[in-house]
Formats: sequence, C-alpha cells, structure tokens
Amino acid sequence: MSQYSEKVMDHFANPRNVGEIENADGIGKVGNAVCGDIMNLYLRVENNVITDAKFKTFGCGAAIATSSMVTELVKGKTIDEALAITNRAVAEALGGLPPIKMHCSVLAEEALQSAIDDYLKKQQDKA
Amino acid sequence: MKPVYFDYAATTPCDPEVVAAMLPYFCERFGNPSSMHAFGQETKGAVEEARERIAAFLGAAPGEIVFTSGGTESNNMAVKGVAYARRGKGNHIITSPIEHHAVLEPCHFLEKDGFEITILPVDDDGLVNPDDVRRAITDKTILISIMHANNEIGTIQPIAEIGKIARERGIYFHTDAVQTLGHLPFTVNDLNVDLLSASAHKLYGPKGIGLLYVRKGTRLTPFMHGGEQENRRRASTHNVPGIVGFGKAVEMARGSLEKEVQDLTAFRDKLIKGFQKEMDQVKLNGHPTQRLPNNVNISIAHVEGEGMLLSLDMLGIACSTGSACSSASLAPSHVLMAIGLPHELAHGSLRFSMGRPTTTADVDRLLDVLPPVVAKLRAMSPLYK
Ligand code: FES
Repeated sequence: MSQYSEKVMDHFANPRNVGEIENADGIGKVGNAVCGDIMNLYLRVENNVITDAKFKTFGCGAAIATSSMVTELVKGKTIDEALAITNRAVAEALGGLPPIKMHCSVLAEEALQSAIDDYLKKQQDKA
Repeated sequence: MKPVYFDYAATTPCDPEVVAAMLPYFCERFGNPSSMHAFGQETKGAVEEARERIAAFLGAAPGEIVFTSGGTESNNMAVKGVAYARRGKGNHIITSPIEHHAVLEPCHFLEKDGFEITILPVDDDGLVNPDDVRRAITDKTILISIMHANNEIGTIQPIAEIGKIARERGIYFHTDAVQTLGHLPFTVNDLNVDLLSASAHKLYGPKGIGLLYVRKGTRLTPFMHGGEQENRRRASTHNVPGIVGFGKAVEMARGSLEKEVQDLTAFRDKLIKGFQKEMDQVKLNGHPTQRLPNNVNISIAHVEGEGMLLSLDMLGIACSTGSACSSASLAPSHVLMAIGLPHELAHGSLRFSMGRPTTTADVDRLLDVLPPVVAKLRAMSPLYK
C-alpha cells in the first residue's frame, strides 16, 4: 500500500528485534488510546548504556514499523540520549509517516519513556 | 504470481461484454434522450430498453425504476425523499445500526431537522428481529429502512417479513439491496418493498450508475431539481452509457445467478472451515447460513487487521478489514460494534468477498497464504500466548 514509505514497509515486513528479554532491566507496556493498540518494550542496560532492546506490538503497520525502528535507535545509546528520542525522530528515521499515522509513533515514544522510567525505578530500588 | 482479488463487495470489474455494449454510446450514439430528433430518440430507446430489462428482472414495471448516480444517491433519495414527502403524516423513521452510512447519515441529517430515528438492535449474527420492528412502530412512523444483506458481514435480513409488517401498517418500506441485486434471486414483490436501492458496479456494471425502485403510488420528494427526466423524480441528463451498461450487467446476472450462488456458497463454506481448521481463535462474523454466498468475514484474535491486510497485499491478495487502524476516523467498523464484537476482535477482522471470476485455485491460495501471515503477526503480538 502506497500510503507508507519504503522504509516503513521494510520495517513492517522485516521487523527488527521482535520478542522479549528475560529479566529485562526496563520494561515499558503502553496502550494507545486513539485506536486501542498495545506495545511492550524490553531494555537491557549495562553501565547506563542500552545494549539490547526488543518489542512486541499489537497494532497497525505503522505501529509495528515504529516499534522496530525505536529498538534500532536506542541500541548503544545512554539513558539520557535515549530519553531525548521523540516520536518525530522515529517517524523521520522511517522516512516519514502519513499524518493519520503519527499517533502510532507516539506509542513508541511512550513505550520508551515508560521502559526507562521502569529502569530508573528499579535502579533506585536497588540503591 | 497474478494478484487475487477478494474484495468484490467493494466493487467488481466491469465485464468486457458490458463495456462492449456501452461503447457505441460514447461517440456514435451520443444524443441526449430528451431531444426530439433522431439522435435523441435513438438513445432514448436504449435507455428505455435497459429500464425494461432491469424492471423485468426485479418484477417491477419500467415506470417504477428511477436511474440515479449510484447506491448512495438512491439511499439518500429514498430516506430523505420519503421523509419530506410524508412530513405531514409523521416524523418517525425506523432503521438498523448496521445500515450503510448512505442510510445512517441521511437519518442523522433528518434527526437535526426534527425527525425522530429509532435504531433497532441486531443480534450477535446481525439479524433484525421483525418483532422489534413491530414494537417500534408508532402512529408517527413514515418509513422503515432495513438493508437486504449487509456489506460487511453478509447477513441477510428477513426482509419479506418486515415488509409485510410495514404494509399492514401502511408504512413505506425501503431496502438497500446494493449487495444483493444480481447476487440473490428475488423480486420486489417477494420482498414486500416499496423502495429498493441498487448500484451497477457491484454486479460487473460501470461505476456512477444506480437505481431506485419506487413502487407505483409511493410519494417521494425529489432532491435533484431541474429538467423533467425520470418523470420529474430525478433531474439531470441521462447517463446513457451507464444505463446501457447497467442493463447489460443485469441481463448477464440473470443468466449466471443460479450457478454463481451455488459455486460461491461452496467457496465460502470451504474458506470458513479451512480458516477455522488452520488457525486457532478464529470467529466467523455474521450469520452462518443466512448469509451472502460471496462473503466471508472473520475475526482473528490478537492480530490487527491493517497489518494482515498489508501483508496479504504484499503476497498478492486483496481484501478489507473493519479494524480501527485502517479507517480514517480511527474507529472500528460500526457494523462489528453493533453485533457486540469486543474492540480487540473488531481489530482483527478481515472480509474476503468473492465474485464471478473467483476460482478454486484462488480459494486454495488464500487458504495457504493467510495462516503463515497470522502466525508471523501473532509472534509479534503481546496478546497472543
Ligand atoms: S496502531 Fe492503530 S492506527 Fe496505528
């Protein structure tokens, strides 16, 4: 379907980093109020650097592609760098999204925020 | 591999024979049927021949057929036309929640203009209960509009029974038969209807041409004002090639209808069985037997429809979905909501609709292609265990 860019279709058809991480350091589970979709994001963090990320998403083509892209973008980033990733940045990395599908990229941003929050909270609990 | 089309409920290809019948009416026989000279009389003859052919197929009189621009116009004309013509008698209209938007939106429009609309419930299969119709009638009721068969879930309504109730009470009865003309055998008298909408492009005719059957004596306020075409019920120069094509399409449907019903019913049931055998948690939407022969609508738990549609499209299979994600409003299908489907299952809905060109090989290919697509997406889904 031509409404999506080639990059979106690539990430939709061959999503990177699908799955869960056992004993993840941070987990974000968010739902999308707009159309009712769900994303789970799992992070492995070592020395404040995200070394692995995986996702599971129930949603449209754009939701799956943004999930895949966000896992790619965060790998190798420090927590602070990852926190600066916005839904726009994810959409841009995919060559843009149709306007009606921008809300799907918000899901990815929220999942990332929530996974990092979870990580920071776990760190605090440990300390 | 050649892509396979499973979206005949959205539109059908124009049959080459239909196109051939239309062609002379673009360049050679271009006269305006309203003109008195030979050019006009020639095309007038063609329009009236098509009208007679279609009327005969419907068991109607030629004068009861009004040509329109399509199903949407026919539905608008029926609902609003009756409402304004009968305003002196009452202001109450009865309809169902699974009607096409081309019926529901005119009703909402009328509501703002002082009409009262009762939207009857439907059961889990999408059926309207005739007893509910009877109970909803008041002395202000002027119109009942219930579709013949639903475009999304294929459920066929007990139209004849509802029509009988309407007739006993002297209330006009309209049915939207866009999905059934040329696909199910019926006449307007079988159905007890006063008004019936249909559209040519759903039965291998051209787009942009439809009809409204208006039983003799039914009062209707026209909303296209202008010339005197169609007995002043619908002004506008006749779409001659469209009307000729519609006539040809109906003639062809008459010949192939019986066999098509048989073949497509077999395909339909094979698909439903096959899907439920090859995949777990697959629900059939719509009535299992009181159902259009060409319609399969299923909900596959824990996957989203747009994703399935995209994946199928990449593999050369075209279908449609009632998922919120695929609609411009980001709301799930109003039909699936009305039959009480939970949002999650509406999300995972797919409609496959078949047609005259559908083959056994097409059906088998779909049965091969869909399960792995679902498995892949389910592996990505946080909901599927
Ligand atoms: S997740 Fe529903 S529209 Fe993208």
